[in-house]
Amino acid sequence: MQDVALEDFRQEIASWLEANCPASLRHGADVEPTEEDRQAWLEAYAGRGFTTPTWPSEYGGGGLDKHQARVLQEETARVASYAPVVSFFGTSMLGPVLLEFGNEEQKQEHLPKITSGEINWCQGYSEPGAGSDLASLQTRAVLEGNHYVINGSKIWTTGANRADWMFCLVRTDTDAPKHDGISFVLFDLHQPGVTISPIQLISGASEFCQVFFEDVKAEKANLVGPLNGGWTIAKRLLQHERAMLSGGTGLGAGRRKKAKGAAPAPKGMLAEAARPYLGGGEGRLDDAAMRDRIAQWELDSLCFGLTLRRSGEQAKAGQGPGAASSMFKLYASEMNKRRAEILMSARGSAALGWSGEGFTPSELMETRGWLRSKGNSIEGGTSEVQLNVIAKRVLGLPD
Amino acid sequence: MSLVLTEEQELIKQTAAEFVQEKSPVTELRALRDAEDPVGFSRGLWKEMSELGWPGIPIAEEHGGSGLGMAELGVLLEECGRTLAPYPFLSTVVLGAGAIERAGTEAQKQTLLPGVCKGETLLALALEETGRFAPGHVETRATAEGSGYRISGEKRFVLDGQVADQLVVVARTSGEAKDRDGLTLFLVGPGAKGCDVRRTSMVDSRGAARVVLSDVQVSNDAVLGEVGRGADVIEPLLDRAAAALAAELVGIASEVFERTVQYLKTREQFGVRIGTFQALKHRAAHMFCELELAQAVTLDALRALDEGRADASRIASAAKARASDTASLVTCEGLQMHGGIGMTDEEEIGLFLKRAKAAELAFGDSAYHRDRFATLTGF
Ligand SMILES: Cc1cc2nc3c(=O)[nH]c(=O)nc-3n(C[C@H](O)[C@H](O)[C@H](O)COP(=O)(O)OP(=O)(O)OC[C@H]3O[C@@H](n4cnc5c(N)ncnc54)[C@H](O)[C@@H]3O)c2cc1C
Repeated sequence: MQDVALEDFRQEIASWLEANCPASLRHGADVEPTEEDRQAWLEAYAGRGFTTPTWPSEYGGGGLDKHQARVLQEETARVASYAPVVSFFGTSMLGPVLLEFGNEEQKQEHLPKITSGEINWCQGYSEPGAGSDLASLQTRAVLEGNHYVINGSKIWTTGANRADWMFCLVRTDTDAPKHDGISFVLFDLHQPGVTISPIQLISGASEFCQVFFEDVKAEKANLVGPLNGGWTIAKRLLQHERAMLSGGTGLGAGRRKKAKGAAPAPKGMLAEAARPYLGGGEGRLDDAAMRDRIAQWELDSLCFGLTLRRSGEQAKAGQGPGAASSMFKLYASEMNKRRAEILMSARGSAALGWSGEGFTPSELMETRGWLRSKGNSIEGGTSEVQLNVIAKRVLGLPD
Repeated sequence: MSLVLTEEQELIKQTAAEFVQEKSPVTELRALRDAEDPVGFSRGLWKEMSELGWPGIPIAEEHGGSGLGMAELGVLLEECGRTLAPYPFLSTVVLGAGAIERAGTEAQKQTLLPGVCKGETLLALALEETGRFAPGHVETRATAEGSGYRISGEKRFVLDGQVADQLVVVARTSGEAKDRDGLTLFLVGPGAKGCDVRRTSMVDSRGAARVVLSDVQVSNDAVLGEVGRGADVIEPLLDRAAAALAAELVGIASEVFERTVQYLKTREQFGVRIGTFQALKHRAAHMFCELELAQAVTLDALRALDEGRADASRIASAAKARASDTASLVTCEGLQMHGGIGMTDEEEIGLFLKRAKAAELAFGDSAYHRDRFATLTGF
């Protein structure tokens, strides 16, 4: 019965895609897509709420259950060269906590604009003096009439220079114990008193910024959750963030198709990415030492994929997500870093190009990617902090 | 197949855990070791296990078993790993009975398998001849003669060979030492003329034997499977052995890990519990992660074998490699975190370390299986 409904839904999506996906953005298109095509595709997709497919339709979401969302993903991948996305700060971090902790007015106001991509969000958590020890943050907010007036500074704020609004942790009680004086507020960055200075990363990009606040205003209505009750929300958002960071490393899900004897290794694997640099053509890699490092990585990737799958299946069987979920962010980021290191070794001196001639654009990009990967085990809570969490929450080791 | 245990598997797990903890705790292995027990386990307890149907778990119903699979046997082996129960599941059930199920005639099956299920017949696979695992390296020769064969050679590390009622001997009927073709399996009684079986004393106190075959005469009935095609039988058996050992290693690692975490919560130095030291906390958390990975891949390997999945060999190698590395990490770290007491024979950590090493090196260590995994993946 359910399968029939799902098949109907698949049909519906297929005809919707037929009608709405611009011709230039389909597989095998023979015309170059224009900026207007991309915009039209985003608007159509977001217009149906498909950029946040499982959010309720009353807040602009797709209103789909997770089976339908999978069908949407499959059908989109079948027809279109890409699925439009909007910033994950809204879709994967702020949105889920607004759905859980926001009041009706806040949901009505902010969620549709996340889905449409109209408002870009950034995350104002870290400060110069508050990183791993996030709860020691000092940025102050004082209620004056209908506004919280904010003074202080945030740092490492990814995308602040491209963002419209910030979700921000502020101190609203300086006397209470540090976890109990924090509030979670939302405000517009396009206002006087906000200064945003991009910071250059080792990879050369300027993804993150320092943001200074001088009497910046957040409307009272944009306090999420109770006053001084922001820490609970902050932590929940970090859970969503870590879950997102665990999934984004391109690790195999242990579902690779058969490979026996000299069968070609599946695409997307580290082995295949490294092969062109290692010589030896098809089949067994010549370089025994590199082959073993790659094998160890591939093996760990397989096992990690199976661990993710098992945790999901345990959750589905009503056994909770399992203790394993606390290790996903840690493991995924460490594996991503290791992968980049192995690729650097495989490429040898060709990995050392920084810009200009003598290197292909993708070679240059991989080098930058290696540098960027170093941040994986720092952003969203460092690996050491993740180990602390496992030791305390899972193993119950004493403080 | 899902990586969550079925109800039936949960039941086996629970029964097995209670049974081995009560009847075959680590102290049993120690007592057998100290008594230099010639068998290496308690025959009475093996009989009790057979009454619970355990040796017959993966054996077909028509041969007296329950027709379940490696997934169910794996659950049981994990529990045996937790108490170091030294019972002949690998030798008799996975390898011996596995060879007969795969290659035997109906008559051979009917003669031997019901006895295995009843706990009356013990089997052993006489394959290895080298130190470092090299299953293709067989120099033992079987020469056709009259209505049978004459076998000569020397086999080492024959698990439970000291008590086996029948040996499954892998011998070369043609070709050179490392050729894949030309291997043949024979059923040889340990009492046969020219067959000398000697127990070797192993670091893990488990039973193993050196088998010297000097012109042992067997009839054509003793041939198991096709002449010259033994590798086709052995290779899938070795995948099963790898997955079975992975399950046992996961059990060993889980037990040592839990004991170690417990020790971190109780042992005090500098006026505090040693579990407050971050140098130890982080290593414990790291072990937790590695153990999760080992569990997941082992569950998948056992299922892949039962389902006959195309990637079963690849996953079995991944599981053996991962479980070996994890058990090695956890037993070494576990010992270190116990301090001086960990070095004593009286503390049980050492027994786990020894068994983990034996299970790690048996049928290919992590380097061997990582290499095989890479080959089967296509690089
Ligand atoms: C690429 C990137 C993007 C980022 N984007 C954002 C963003 O958008 N918004 C935002 O708010 N923040 C962002 N961050 C900041 C990030 O969350 C912090 O950098 C991180 O939490 C660590 O804080 P810190 O930099 O102050 O390091 P510190 O906390 O000073 O840590 C320094 C070292 O000490 C270790 N350490 C600290 N405490 C402990 C402890 N208790 N036990 C053991 N070791 C410890 C750490 O693991 C680390 O190795 C980003 C960071 C990066 C790298």
